[in-house]
Amino acid sequence: MIQFNGVYKRYPNGHEALKNVNFTLDNGEMAFLTGHSGAGKSTLLKLICVMEKSTTGQVLIDNVNVSRVGRRKIPHIRRNIGMIFQDHRLLFDRTVFDNVALPLIIAGYPHKEIGRRVRAALDKVGLLSKEKLHPIMLSGGEQQRVGIARAVVNKPPLLLADEPTGNLDPELSAEIMGLFEQFNQVGVSVLIASHDLGLIARLPYRVLTLKEGSIIRDGADA
Amino acid sequence: MSKPAEKGAHFSSGSTLSSRLKMTLRQHVQECRGGLREIGRTPLSSLMTVAVLAIALALPGVFHIFLKNAQSVYQNWDQATQITLYLKDSTTAKASTDLADSLRNHANIAEVRFIGKEQGLSDFMQWSGFGDALNHLEDNPLPDVLVITPTQSHSTPEKAEALSLELEVHPEVDIAKVDIQWLRRLYAIMNIAEKAVFALGALLSLAVLLIVGNTIRLAIQSKREEIQIIKLVGATDAFIRRPFLYNGIWYGIFAGLLALIMVNGSVYWLSDPVRQLAGHYNSQFELNGLSAIDVLKLLGISTALGFVGSWLSVGRHIREIEPR
Repeated sequence: MIQFNGVYKRYPNGHEALKNVNFTLDNGEMAFLTGHSGAGKSTLLKLICVMEKSTTGQVLIDNVNVSRVGRRKIPHIRRNIGMIFQDHRLLFDRTVFDNVALPLIIAGYPHKEIGRRVRAALDKVGLLSKEKLHPIMLSGGEQQRVGIARAVVNKPPLLLADEPTGNLDPELSAEIMGLFEQFNQVGVSVLIASHDLGLIARLPYRVLTLKEGSIIRDGADA
Repeated sequence: MSKPAEKGAHFSSGSTLSSRLKMTLRQHVQECRGGLREIGRTPLSSLMTVAVLAIALALPGVFHIFLKNAQSVYQNWDQATQITLYLKDSTTAKASTDLADSLRNHANIAEVRFIGKEQGLSDFMQWSGFGDALNHLEDNPLPDVLVITPTQSHSTPEKAEALSLELEVHPEVDIAKVDIQWLRRLYAIMNIAEKAVFALGALLSLAVLLIVGNTIRLAIQSKREEIQIIKLVGATDAFIRRPFLYNGIWYGIFAGLLALIMVNGSVYWLSDPVRQLAGHYNSQFELNGLSAIDVLKLLGISTALGFVGSWLSVGRHIREIEPR
């Protein structure tokens, strides 16, 4: 699903965020990406969803080299990636329902289909009763779950999460991780950037550890 | 620890053409409404923008109406072109009436009026205000005059001029004079006015483009974060562009409608004074408003300007906003 071949990323200010990164995430695999702040976790995720392009090296997503695609193709790549952000990135002037419906509206689904899928996604994250509320009326954990519902509503084959439990207490964090495990069980590939080492250690998944832009460890336990 | 690869989900690749067409149509309907809602979201500032646009559109509209009406006036005058034949002093009264009779049979002449020198003098005394002074003259200095009205087809300045040259060769005729110099000047002035209105229209259209462009630019900037998020979940530039384009089109439509009201309002407001003025000239002249075609033109132009203005703005500014 994801394949990095000798990827370097140097920002215009000279900062080298990634140095010779090589790894493969198989189809249907779930893995954690960890490391200190500034180790390059966010940059790595941004390369996958084409918010940034690699300076050298290949980033293959489903066998497409996304570091070399034209800008017209980028939206179509993103539609196949569910993205979850630490700051949720919700639209605060729209209801929970409309936020979750956004990827479907963009993809042009029929009205009925949108209603059905949005409710299914909200049901999955336990927010079905709050579809008419605005995000500002929800707690941090609930907002994060709206973000997750939005990420999975069009059933993308790949989920990326950048510090999805960053601001949540341990109980809520475990709940959120449980959701990711459920999606993974139905075949979705999941890559989660997190520095919550305690939480990661309790889960039986592969962990990629970044330090100063290089992968220093790649294994089942951190 | 990982799932077997064959169980994983795969990237989807596009859809059929007909389903894409349906989806595009559905999105257009939604975004057309969205553009309208966007105007309603900030009613006061939208109204002010629409008013500025409408004034910019109404100004050339009003001038166009004045021009159109002025043209309809002087086209009537055109038919009043007259050729004045001043006969030689030596011409006898009989020769004068013979000439008048023969000219009445001319194919290009509609009417011939004979003004004898005595009648000319008395008319002149009556109208000029020099009555007393003229009494001191020993002889009547005025010649006999034939006033010729050409047929309608020979009333244009060029044809009347040709006719007057033809009439000047008659031995009885001293001078043939077509009083068209002023008509020529009027034509020239109207020509300039027409060009000026066109230039004004072009400049104000440019202003409309810039105003719409700037309004849309502000709208885009106020939605910067929203655009970033929408791009992150896979929106194409075209998808993000469309609501703004519809927004611009709606601005154009509303501005066009308001301009129509302004133009017709000023026509209505002026129609009474114009009728009075025409009354003083013994004319039945009525101020004409915008014709149906003018209305369609105005609405079409304003809609097109709204669309182009937002198009110019949208392409550049939406491209600039990339998710970070």
